[in-house]
Amino acid sequence: MPLENKEFKPKIVAFCCNWCSYAGADLAGSSRLTYPADVKIIRVPCSCRVNPMFILRAFEKGADGVIMCGCHPGDCHYSTGNYYARRRMTLLFSMLDYLGVENGRTRVEWVSAAEGVKFSETMNSFVEKIYSLGENVRLGDLRCKS
Amino acid sequence: MQELINRAKELLADGTVARVLGWKAGDLPYNPEPAYFESAEELKDFVYNGFCGANLSKYMIEASKLEGKTMVCLKPCDTYSFNQLIKEHRVDREKAYIVGVGCKGKLDIEKIKKQGIKGIESIQGAEITDDAETLTIQTLYGEKTCAYADAMLERCHVCKGKEHMIFDEQIGESKETKDAERFAEVERIEAMSPEEKFAYFQSELSKCIRCNACRNACPACSCRKCVFDSNKFDSSQKANVDSFEEKMFHIIRAFHVAGRCTDCGECSRVCPQGIPLHLFNRKFIKDIDALYGEYQAGADTDSKAPLTNYTFEDAEPSIVGKRG
Repeated sequence: MPLENKEFKPKIVAFCCNWCSYAGADLAGSSRLTYPADVKIIRVPCSCRVNPMFILRAFEKGADGVIMCGCHPGDCHYSTGNYYARRRMTLLFSMLDYLGVENGRTRVEWVSAAEGVKFSETMNSFVEKIYSLGENVRLGDLRCKS
Repeated sequence: MQELINRAKELLADGTVARVLGWKAGDLPYNPEPAYFESAEELKDFVYNGFCGANLSKYMIEASKLEGKTMVCLKPCDTYSFNQLIKEHRVDREKAYIVGVGCKGKLDIEKIKKQGIKGIESIQGAEITDDAETLTIQTLYGEKTCAYADAMLERCHVCKGKEHMIFDEQIGESKETKDAERFAEVERIEAMSPEEKFAYFQSELSKCIRCNACRNACPACSCRKCVFDSNKFDSSQKANVDSFEEKMFHIIRAFHVAGRCTDCGECSRVCPQGIPLHLFNRKFIKDIDALYGEYQAGADTDSKAPLTNYTFEDAEPSIVGKRG
């Protein structure tokens, strides 16, 4: 099937920290709040666990957008993990921008366990953004795209 | 150079050091290579001239494991790397006898060749004691000249200064050769449109042959086990299969030394494909300076590196999009 006839279904990877954002996603679910099924959540022990390579690998394997969610600064389960993650992600996103990758494809949001609404809103707005940016062709392995 | 050899002989003779880490003449007039010298006789091959660009700091990681002290010749910019390695407990200060050698800018043979000078037989004016502003090059096609500054490595145009950050003694005069803005090229790329940026890096990085020379030469890149050697990493030890692998390699390579990179420029110097790899490191340095305060890795041995530190008021990652 030619590419242009295919409906664009984005693949979105969300790294959620076990203690806040993953619980926030859970709350969104139990509160019957909706967010798009395009978002695939990967649970990590802490936002600080997210290695820059995880994000690049997600893009390489065909993700159209990657979002990282963690506890609000100051609320990290391990006290300081998200402060380190914040610096790392800032530098990584800046580097991706420098390489000409649209910076709308990457995002960091702080979502607490009590913010089911914020989780759902964040995911809805992020997916909308990815729909507007379209398919990720700059990064990623082009072999598997037909 | 003779002063350096004489001092090396003295130090070897009185037992202060067990070996000397310096450069020996290569098979061509412009490719001296790092070498150990363990006796006065071996020192006859010792050279130190404008082509001795190699940063010897990294060799001290292995030399720190050897018996006895090693006399190591470090140029002013190499001492930043050495300091950084001390900070990371990768070298043993007690095992090193640091001779701060003078430097008046190091030469890049590729820049000479680019000027159409081929068939090089010998080069005069590259000696550290020479005050010549021009190089006189004997070639198969006659004598050619080239301005010293035009043949300098990129890193010497943004020289960090002529002061040695750490040394036991100093031999020779240094000259500051800075004549360009360090971040000018980074700023030029930042001002491009996303399409232009992407096209620029695509064309530069697609030259990469994954020889790993940038990784191996980098004094900050000194892990015993490297992520790029893991067979779980798809692109270990092989050519790229898609256009993203070399980008991922270079982003991660630069990221792993972010905040620790002293901007010594070894990565670009050793690249056989001439990729301006320092542009990645320098982008991280520029961002770190702008967001977390000016920081020069290797200027001291006890400050906290920017990526192992934080403040409550750090910028959010969304600042990248807002800066425009």
